[in-house]
Amino acid sequence: MSTATTRPSIFHAPWADLLGRFVALLLVFAFFAVMVEDGKFYTPRNLETILRQSAVYATAGLGVTLVIITAGIDLSIGAMIALSVVTVASVLNLGGGGEAATIGASEAQYLVYQYPVLLPIAAVLAGIGAATLAGAVNGSLVVGARLMPFIVTLGTMGVFRGLAKGVSHERDIYPPESTWIGSLMDPTLTSATRGWMILPPGVWILLIGLLATGFLLRYTQLGRHIFAVGSNEETARLCGVRVGRTKLIVYTLCGFFCGVAGLMQFSYGGGIGQPTTAISYELFVIAAVIIGGASFLGGEGSVLGTLIGSLMITILYTGGKMMGWPQWVQEMVIGAIIIAAVALDRLRHRRAT
Amino acid sequence: MRGVVKSFGATRALRGVDITIAPGEVMALVGENGAGKSTLMKVLSGAHQPDGGTMHLDGAPYRPANPLQARAAGVAMIYQELALAPHLSVMENILLGIESTRGPLMNWPAMRARAAAALKQVGLEDVRPDLPLRRLSIAHQQLVEIARAVALDCRVLVLDEPTSSLTRKDIEKLFALIRQLKARGISVVYISHFLEEVREISDRFTVLRDGETVGAGVTKDTPTDRIIALMVGREVAELYPRSARTPGEVLLELDGLAGRGKPESASLGLRRGEVLGIAGLVGAGRTELMRAVFGLDAVRRGRIRIGAHEGAAAPDVRWGQRVGMVSEDRKKEGLAVRLSIADNLTLPRLAGLGPWRLVTPRRQRAACRPWIEKIPIKCAGPQQAVQGLSGGNQQKVAIARLLHADVDVLLLDEPTRGIDVGSKAQIYQLIDELAGQGKAVLMISSYLPELLGTCDRIAVMCRGRLGEARPRADWNEHRLMQAATGQEDS
Repeated sequence: MSTATTRPSIFHAPWADLLGRFVALLLVFAFFAVMVEDGKFYTPRNLETILRQSAVYATAGLGVTLVIITAGIDLSIGAMIALSVVTVASVLNLGGGGEAATIGASEAQYLVYQYPVLLPIAAVLAGIGAATLAGAVNGSLVVGARLMPFIVTLGTMGVFRGLAKGVSHERDIYPPESTWIGSLMDPTLTSATRGWMILPPGVWILLIGLLATGFLLRYTQLGRHIFAVGSNEETARLCGVRVGRTKLIVYTLCGFFCGVAGLMQFSYGGGIGQPTTAISYELFVIAAVIIGGASFLGGEGSVLGTLIGSLMITILYTGGKMMGWPQWVQEMVIGAIIIAAVALDRLRHRRAT
Repeated sequence: MRGVVKSFGATRALRGVDITIAPGEVMALVGENGAGKSTLMKVLSGAHQPDGGTMHLDGAPYRPANPLQARAAGVAMIYQELALAPHLSVMENILLGIESTRGPLMNWPAMRARAAAALKQVGLEDVRPDLPLRRLSIAHQQLVEIARAVALDCRVLVLDEPTSSLTRKDIEKLFALIRQLKARGISVVYISHFLEEVREISDRFTVLRDGETVGAGVTKDTPTDRIIALMVGREVAELYPRSARTPGEVLLELDGLAGRGKPESASLGLRRGEVLGIAGLVGAGRTELMRAVFGLDAVRRGRIRIGAHEGAAAPDVRWGQRVGMVSEDRKKEGLAVRLSIADNLTLPRLAGLGPWRLVTPRRQRAACRPWIEKIPIKCAGPQQAVQGLSGGNQQKVAIARLLHADVDVLLLDEPTRGIDVGSKAQIYQLIDELAGQGKAVLMISSYLPELLGTCDRIAVMCRGRLGEARPRADWNEHRLMQAATGQEDS
């Protein structure tokens, strides 16, 4: 058959695919750079703002990319981010003197008093731990109870959000002192004292996570198993891949990355433990992952694509705001872009096969 | 109705097919899998456009642009895999696309009456038209599909392997129905590779090989051997090589194995350097037996021993015990078709491709190349997606996976289903080589000449029970079929 001997077109090669997405991103960026008056769009300050906001989406997006490659979905990410945010704030609050420390163990207060350095570390561990645990719950329900990921995470979206509100007693938590967690996402480019960092620490964390996840997907057995499970679960099982274990790991990792994104959101939101934060982030993040080239059918997706998708969403959002578009126009434009991106993918795939 | 004349000169899959069917005639279209039968079907039904050649229906040019036009012209297809909506009622299935309506509303009484009439014509007058289709047996579902063709008032009915999932009793009923339709002047194209059935039901036959018509004639005047020779296109001995094999110790031993449902009881001993075949009808429990051994299905009772390992185990453990399996369903289970050859081929053994247990794409590709050359797999390179390969080459990837994992026991479920004769020959050659190297091969096949050609011993499975494995010299197609249908005397 002739199909067996034709070389796949270079336009279908993974790097060309990413390049195409990157070009699209540049075009959108150029559009706003020209349209927003006085070059306000590409001031260092604004660029940094875009990066800071994208970092939250992209970090959670790393986990969601893994989930979507296995042909799953996670709708509970916004809630897991919120859970992480309020957990961080509550732990920081332990150091805040008598009435704030409602969990009230005097031993804890003593420890905090003796070793103030430990408090932020404990907060980070607790925040990430809570979200990771939440991810593991998602994974266990998907694997153990054999439920559809969409249904499971639709449910846990409510459960985790409720939990976040419960932990914070449905109030915003204002930790007494600002710590380094609160300044994770603080601007650096325009700062005199932090200029040496070039990018905010949170963005560096994202880049490290990106490299680690990219490495995991491309160079490890687990990574290849993730692709195999998403491309054809039956084949994976036949080939001795422990499908359940792979999925459990993937959902747990998704929780982990949401926990990290929670730290960033905590800082980005001004160091306040808001239980209602990150609402509808799942939509932005999933959209970013899909714009980045992942397929809901599974077996496809890349972390660089997700980064590009996150930047795209943020640029559209920020740019639209600066152009003075009303909220409803922004929402419609972002929605239309998502559909257009997926339609383009479909077209490209049809031509390739 | 005048004679129906069709001839094609399409490229690749169909390289020049000439077929004529008279009204009220049953014409058998026979050929190996991959001979072009399914492509021909698609051209007939309007799903594909021919690149050349002409088709005539009742003397008028017939050139359907899509399946709807073909149906409107009176050409109906019954595919091997039934195209029915399980959740809809029987009558909705029969009248799908030609519903009775009053304006935008469904005219249920008229629907019921029309469906009942169609059901009566196919001998299903006992079936209530408003029953959900999924409550019917497979045999009845197939009759519903024929009823759909009848309701369309079709003149040419094409049946693709209609008996592959039917019991002998249902086959009899189907044949009776075909004779009835024939008496009403409907032309029937009967696609099959079961020559016994062809002999029983058809008036004339046409043989397809590699996309060409290689012979045709009146069925009752042509000996079966002649038809087989036309289908295979070469001597049988040439197709099934057989080098010296020396059976060694028993590697795989089953004793009274039972799964959930099927198999009910299976015992066998598979030796090194031996090819053991399992024959039987579809649904006899052969695939389930293999899946239970490999840990894909649950084991309820009985013993499995593989080498020094005792008991049931999951697939990942089985691979570790140097056992590998090729699935009967290439697309659904056998291969991740959107992934590359390299990904598919190396999946069971990713660790150990290089230092630090890292799986680099380069190492994956390097691990594939020897197999691509040796088997050989015709492709653009190890990075090509499996879906771009022909069926035969896809199947070779699925088998190469076992070689990459360096297994001792090969479980092959219908290893040559739906592939071209050339690839088949290569796979037979490979199986022979592996047996010669002292590997143990357990092979399921529904194609009896293949079992008789490649295996050293054959066991027959019937209704969940595996019979005794006997040397192939004790078997012939007739005996295998008798044992498979449970008519064995003794």
